[in-house]
Amino acid sequence: MMNRHTEARLLSYATPVILSAILLGLVLLATFFGDKALARMAAETLIRVVLVVGLWIFVGNSGIISFGHAGYMAIGAYCSAWLTLKPQMKSLFLPDLPLWLANAEWPMFPAAIVSGLLAALVALLSGAAILRLSGIAASIATFAFLAIVNTVYSNWEGVTGATSSVVGLERYVDQWTALGWAVAAVFAASLYANSASGLALRATREDEVAARASGIHIYRHRLLSLVVSGFFTGIAGVLLGHSIGVLNPDNFYLGITFISLAMLVVGGIGSLSGAVTGVLVLSILIELLVRGEQGVSVGAAEFALPSGTQEIVIGLVMIAVLILRPGGLTAGREFAPRSLAFLRNPKTKPKTAPN
Amino acid sequence: MSDITQLFFDAAALGGIYAMAALGIALIFGVMNLVNFAHGEYIAFCVFALILPSTDAMSVMFLGRAPAIVLIPVILGLGALIAVASEMLVFRHMRNASPVAMMVGSFALGFVIQNTLLALYGGRPKAISLWPDLNMPVELAGASVPVLQLIVILTTLVVVTGLALLLRKTRIGLEMRAAAENFRMARLLGVRANVVITGAFALSGALAAAVALIMATQTGVADVRMGGQIMLVAFIATVIGGLGSLPGAVAAGFLIGAASVVLQAYLPLDARPFRDAFLYTLVIVSLLVRPQGLFVPKSARPRI
Repeated sequence: MMNRHTEARLLSYATPVILSAILLGLVLLATFFGDKALARMAAETLIRVVLVVGLWIFVGNSGIISFGHAGYMAIGAYCSAWLTLKPQMKSLFLPDLPLWLANAEWPMFPAAIVSGLLAALVALLSGAAILRLSGIAASIATFAFLAIVNTVYSNWEGVTGATSSVVGLERYVDQWTALGWAVAAVFAASLYANSASGLALRATREDEVAARASGIHIYRHRLLSLVVSGFFTGIAGVLLGHSIGVLNPDNFYLGITFISLAMLVVGGIGSLSGAVTGVLVLSILIELLVRGEQGVSVGAAEFALPSGTQEIVIGLVMIAVLILRPGGLTAGREFAPRSLAFLRNPKTKPKTAPN
Repeated sequence: MSDITQLFFDAAALGGIYAMAALGIALIFGVMNLVNFAHGEYIAFCVFALILPSTDAMSVMFLGRAPAIVLIPVILGLGALIAVASEMLVFRHMRNASPVAMMVGSFALGFVIQNTLLALYGGRPKAISLWPDLNMPVELAGASVPVLQLIVILTTLVVVTGLALLLRKTRIGLEMRAAAENFRMARLLGVRANVVITGAFALSGALAAAVALIMATQTGVADVRMGGQIMLVAFIATVIGGLGSLPGAVAAGFLIGAASVVLQAYLPLDARPFRDAFLYTLVIVSLLVRPQGLFVPKSARPRI
């Protein structure tokens, strides 16, 4: 016999399983029925899943919009480049690295973990300052944080290569690696959201004053979620770097901030399923628009959308969703079965059956 | 001595630009709790209105050819127009949304405007020459000061006093202050929401246009991304000044301008490219000390 509470808890674990199954299904489809381009698109989409789920861990649970996550991404991506690039390359392009870093040639996986941890550490330090502010002011401060990271990485010639890109990262991230991290991110996000800290944080999102009155230490939970969020955002940066092979500070600035927020808003900030839905829906839209910008031939006529259409359309979709369906596509609900009736002990079943 | 004078004029001029941009943002925040991320794009829009749409590297003047007496009101009007239009098309439909949703909406709108400009004008920065004579320096108190800096300082003073008078002495100003205090109560007492909000957006857009004219003259460049940096500074000024406080925004704008000029002058040469990073770090430190803003009494809690 299961009581209500256990059932609710088990139900909450169903969400990441369902989401992972959807992602796995997409990868299988793309790998076995699609061409190489489709597999690449799948990898790109899954990297975005890591990013947006990472972002959601903080934004979704705390209700504070962060414009600074692209900064954590940059930190993760560059750290992995420092650790994994060949020493000859580093002495050529990044001459000011400290000696131990210049000679480092780590395997990919530990490098990714350490890069994520560095991003988490920076999240801890920056969050310790920023999260003392109230909601909107904190959002603006995250923007300032992004500008700090961008200024530093665009000018620190000998360490980050400044605006001339860092090249030669090993492109080891295919759709399967990305899938692994996406599933890890989804499970971590779900675990955090349903932990004591996650629930407390969501209470502060709904009503700050009431949560404070119930004895919730708002600052502590916000900071914890930012650290977890920073880790996965850093990992997303690592994956992006090792998927395109080139790093440039401007890859981690307003463009990606906009896209990731758009995905979160369109899918629905309130739920993890919303974050994943948003990524999938907008990734398909982006792919269609990119193809449209390259030109589509209908019969003899060639139609091509002007470049920039992608951003304009996504912006308009985002505004439309905000006005027409403020909760996003999922409106704060999770993908989960209504109840666990199908798991129940058969002996309890007759309750509903005619006796 | 002349160094100090020079520094003072630089700081006052830069601070003036920041103060005007911050005022534009604080005005709207005060009336409807909207952090308007599209404000920087209003500025970029006004700059690009000066030249003909084309993706060539050379720019051909369009409105910019008109004499100043026509050009200034037209550009100010255009700024007001795009701000009012964005209110009608987007923000009016989000009146009941949370401030966070409105902020995200304005971010999206800014991106749409920016990319529309990008599609029309291309991504490369373009040289424009608007009133180049204004960059000629004149000798003043031992420092050589471009005429434009004097104009900027003067304009800021006029705008700030004008706005203060408008808010204190006119009916619409009274209504705006009432709306900023308690919007629902003000409506119940007969303040027409649409008039007040449209008015605030028009003023804010005109301020953006003024900033655009100054920046176009000063830098001689039209760049799609030019609004972003100044908008960020303006935001920070509104936060440091205390969200929603107009005098606070102006004071903080000047303060950031001064800090920026001083950092530029006294930072060691190697560290100068990182000036903005130092500036924003200073900002975060100042917020740590006074999270509610520098110019707000400690008792005031933000109304968010």
